[in-house]
This record gives sequence, structure tokens and C-alpha cells, in this order.
Amino acid sequence: MTIPGAPGLPTRRFTGRSGSSADRLFRTSTGIAAVTMAGLILAIGLMLLVNSGEAFRQFGVGFVTGTTWDPVAGIYDALPYIVGTLLSSAIALAIAAPIGLLTAIFLAELAPRRVALPLTFLIELLAAIPSVVFGLWGVFVLSPFLGATLEPFLIRTLGWIPIFAGPSYGIGLFSAGIILAIMILPTIVAIAREVISSVPDSQREAMAALGATRWEIVRRAVLPFARSGIVGAIILGLGRALGETMAVTMVIGNGQNIPTRLFDQAQTIASKIATTFNEASIGLQTSSLIALGLMLLVITISLNVVARLLVRRVATEGGR
Amino acid sequence: MTLQIDAPPPPEAAPPEAVPPEAPESGASESGPALVTTYLRGPDVQLAPAARGERREVDAAVVVSGLNVYYGSFRAIRDIGLSIRRHAVTAIIGPSGCGKSTFLRTLNRMHELTPTARVEGSVLLDGIDIMAPDVDPVQLRRVVGMVFQRPNPFPTMSIHDNVAAGLRLTGRVAKAELDAVVERSLRRAALWDEVKDKLRANGTSLSGGQQQRLCIARALAVDPEVILMDEPASALDPVATLRIEQLMAELRASYTIVIVTHNMQQAARVSDETAFFTMGEDRAGYLVEQGPTSQIFTNPKHQLTEDYVSGRFG
Repeated sequence: MTIPGAPGLPTRRFTGRSGSSADRLFRTSTGIAAVTMAGLILAIGLMLLVNSGEAFRQFGVGFVTGTTWDPVAGIYDALPYIVGTLLSSAIALAIAAPIGLLTAIFLAELAPRRVALPLTFLIELLAAIPSVVFGLWGVFVLSPFLGATLEPFLIRTLGWIPIFAGPSYGIGLFSAGIILAIMILPTIVAIAREVISSVPDSQREAMAALGATRWEIVRRAVLPFARSGIVGAIILGLGRALGETMAVTMVIGNGQNIPTRLFDQAQTIASKIATTFNEASIGLQTSSLIALGLMLLVITISLNVVARLLVRRVATEGGR
Repeated sequence: MTLQIDAPPPPEAAPPEAVPPEAPESGASESGPALVTTYLRGPDVQLAPAARGERREVDAAVVVSGLNVYYGSFRAIRDIGLSIRRHAVTAIIGPSGCGKSTFLRTLNRMHELTPTARVEGSVLLDGIDIMAPDVDPVQLRRVVGMVFQRPNPFPTMSIHDNVAAGLRLTGRVAKAELDAVVERSLRRAALWDEVKDKLRANGTSLSGGQQQRLCIARALAVDPEVILMDEPASALDPVATLRIEQLMAELRASYTIVIVTHNMQQAARVSDETAFFTMGEDRAGYLVEQGPTSQIFTNPKHQLTEDYVSGRFG
């Protein structure tokens, strides 16, 4: 077919589909992969729900509010472990969030390149240390130090505040929180640094041109611009802290009661499952452990949702 | 360094201003061969041999001499000497890469945000060398404000807070005073009528042209003397560009304005003075000539300038 009046033009056809079979295969395979992942999450949730049924039927709401875990009496409650999980993660965040943010600001805004690059590498290397190695360090280095030095000091100086009261054991909620803080720091630093670095220079220049110091540029232009990403970084760190098992199990002390003081021995949901599932009897005890797992899933998901809502509100608020 | 005035000031010129006697000499003594034009109001610009000890400054808010800027070992601009007239619009024109923006950014030491940038020479602002080590760039930038190529309001702040941002840097300011400054700045930036009912709305909710006027209002709020504009309209549509140009014509009565522009028509429309930069063999930008805009565009002294303004290169 030639176009009249335009001899010599190549014949062009736009009908038919090019590579349609490969295209279809591509779409199908990617679609299957995506659906499988989503299905897996649903399947895990469903498994937890079904297998925890026995415990919930037995204990009802009391599973969440009760404080007893007694295989002899056949009573299994979750509250001490839920509290232990939330408190150890809260301690970790209280330590890691400010330090992580300061570190990220230093790496992204202040440090010259030749300092920032090796430091960044070393900090991200922290994330490569296996959990159990952190646990070993916690047991043989951190906890003895805490038990011999820091905790007695805090008890002496701040002991009049109930949560700082003694006795101290070295292992317990406090050491677990510190270990968790160290473990989630690389996550917080890496993401916060990335977020801060991606703030456009035009924002820094805009603030600088108004007569802002380095610190004011960071505080008034960079951090507000990056804040939702920074909150995201902290949430991801929190997610890691909530689910972290091995290192926590090794230093938290397997306390069976609700911790009321910083130095109490405690237990998180994850560490409870890890220390108990091996000798758990089939039936109610196993079901209770699975119910604990379900609680952990519910906690992480709901914290995530709350945090996301928070991020969205902060991001769209503008103004003050 | 000395400034020379050959012809007596034309009758409409402002009276020569008193020059602080001590600062300029110390700041400028080591700054190389100074061939500095002092501008009078009117068309005639005179270059005369330096007369030692004679120093009269008429209307020059900024006097640059022997200015070199390096990025690492690369010299970006070379031996710039020019004067910027007070309460007038000075346009910097020239082909891409000739260091116009680099030059502009040295005038409030914004170049220091680039780690490798280094400056030689002197920039006298009302007789004080702003490149002197004891000058605080942070305070300098409150006097020499800047408007950027792309509107860059703070996206997490309201319109009101964007304008107030500079004032908040200086410490606690009473709310009533803050509101008054915000209103005055927005009025001067010809934006007040469009935003007065939504001061709490986000700054980024405005159109591009409005955002740029918001940025101008933000710069005005700290009450600068000099405003640097780096191609302030190049990201805007023609209507918004026109508003910015009108605004410059109004602001010139109260502020000294330096504008970098790629757009020669714009330079011809808005500026009183024009400085033409180009790039040498060594890829360093340098000043070819400076003069009243009408002269640069109709009767330039240099062939290079004539070629450029007549569109023969660049």
C-alpha cells in the first residue's frame, strides 16, 4: 500500500499487536506474583485466627486482660507479654529516635563527604549484624555493665521516681530496650538520612536567603519538609523493634509478671513464643501461643495504621 | 581602590552620599587593579584614570572589584568589576554558562552553600567589604535578599507563615507586628488582594506566578536593601511574567534590584542598567561592559555586546 502522491514512502501498518504473547505472559506472571503475596498475608492471618480459636473460646477477653500463664492450672493470659512488648519497644524508640534523627541530620547536612561516606557505611553495617550476635553481646557485655554500673547509679540518683526503683538485675526491660534501640538505629538512620538528603536544595537556599543559620535551615526548612518521611523511618524502626525476637529473648530475663519498673525482668510476645513453643503441649497452650502471635500481628498492624493516619494528618496540615 | 567621576552629576542626580571613611580603604586595598565605574543618574557613564584619594560615591549601592569565583580549581568568573546603582534595576545578561548566576550568588555570599566555591576580590556594600572574614553571611543575607528561578515557597507553611518565616528567625515578634509586616510585604509584592482571605492556606496552593510573588513578599518581609533575582520569571507564563516585571518597576523606588535574565527583551523592559557578561577562552565568565540599558542596547561600546544584543550569538 502506498500513499497517493507520496511515492517512495515506506509502507506503514499500525494494525495488529506487536509481541502480544510475550506481553500477555508478562502481565500474567507479574499478576500472579502480586496476588500470591497478598494471598499469603491473608492465609497467615487466617491460620492465626483459626488456630487461636481454642484459646479465645476458653478465655474470651480475659486472654488480653489476664495476667496468669500457668501450664499446671491450664490458664494462659497475654497481658504481661503485650505490656512487655510495648514497653521494650517504647524504650527503644525513646533512645533510637532522637539519636537516629541527629545522626541522620549530621550525615546528610553537616558532615563533609569524606566523613559521611565511611560513617554511613559503618552504621548500615550495624544492620547486618545477626540478631543472635546482638543477643550474645547483650548477655556478656551490656547486661553486666548495666547491672554493675549504670542501673545502680540510676537507682541511687533517680530511685525516688517509682519507675527507676530497684532492684536491678542487668538483664530486663531496660537492657532489652537498649539492645532494640541499637538494632533499629540503622533502619532509622538510613531512611531518615535518605529523606533528608532528598529535600530539594531550593528549600535550603530559600531559608538561607532570609538570613538563617545552618541550624535554622535544618530546623525550619529541611525537617518540616522531610517530617512525614522521618515519621515513616521511625515507624519502620518501631516495626522491627516490636517483632524482634532473638536478642530480646536473651536479655529480657523471662519475667512472668507485668513490668512496673524500668529494670524489671519481663517478656515480650515474641520472646514468650520463642521460649515456650518447644515444650508447649498440643491443645490449649499451643493455641494460646498462636493467639499471642495474632496479638502481635494486630499490634503491629494497628500501630502502622495509626502512624500512617498521623503522617497524613501532619503532611496535609500545613500552617503551624 | 578609587572611584572616579569625571563629569559633574547631572542636575537630576541625587546628591553624593557620605562615604564611611574607614571601611572601604581597608577592604579594597588588596583587591587588585580597580577600574570602577561610578554611576550617575543619566545616560553618561565616564571612565577616567584613577585619582588617588578621591572617592565619591554617587548612587552606587554595591561596588564589585577584582572578583574571581572558583569552583575547586575551575575559575567560573574572572576579574569582575562593576557597580550597582542604588534604587534601580540592574540586569545581568549574557549567554548560558557565563557566570551570571554565580556572580549574583556572591553578592549575598550564597555561593558559600556550595562547598567547593571560593571567592577573591571585594564586594563593597555601602562601603563595607562583605567578603571580609568578620562579616557574618547570615546577617548579610537579611540585607541582601534573594528570589530564585523557580518559586520555592515552604510547602509546609501557610501563606502567612511563608512571609513571616524570615522575621521569625530574628526571635520573638509580637503577633500584631508580624501580621502588619505580612500584610505590608504582601501588598508590596502585589499579592495581598489575591490572598488576604486565605492567609492560612498552604503556600503551594497558589499558582506559579502567585508563588513567585509570595517569594518576593517573603524576601521583602525582612526589609532588605538589595534584592537579587535569579531569572525570576523564567519558569512563569507570559502573564505572570508581566506581573513580576511590573512589580520590579514598583519596587525599584525602595530597593536596589539586581536581576539575572536570559531574556534580552526583559532586560530592556525592566532594567535601568545592564551589565553584559560573556565567557572567555578559559570558560571563565567576565564582564564585557556595563552601562545604562538604553546605551547597551542601542550603542554598545564593544563588538561582543553588539553581537549579543542584536542576536548574532548566544
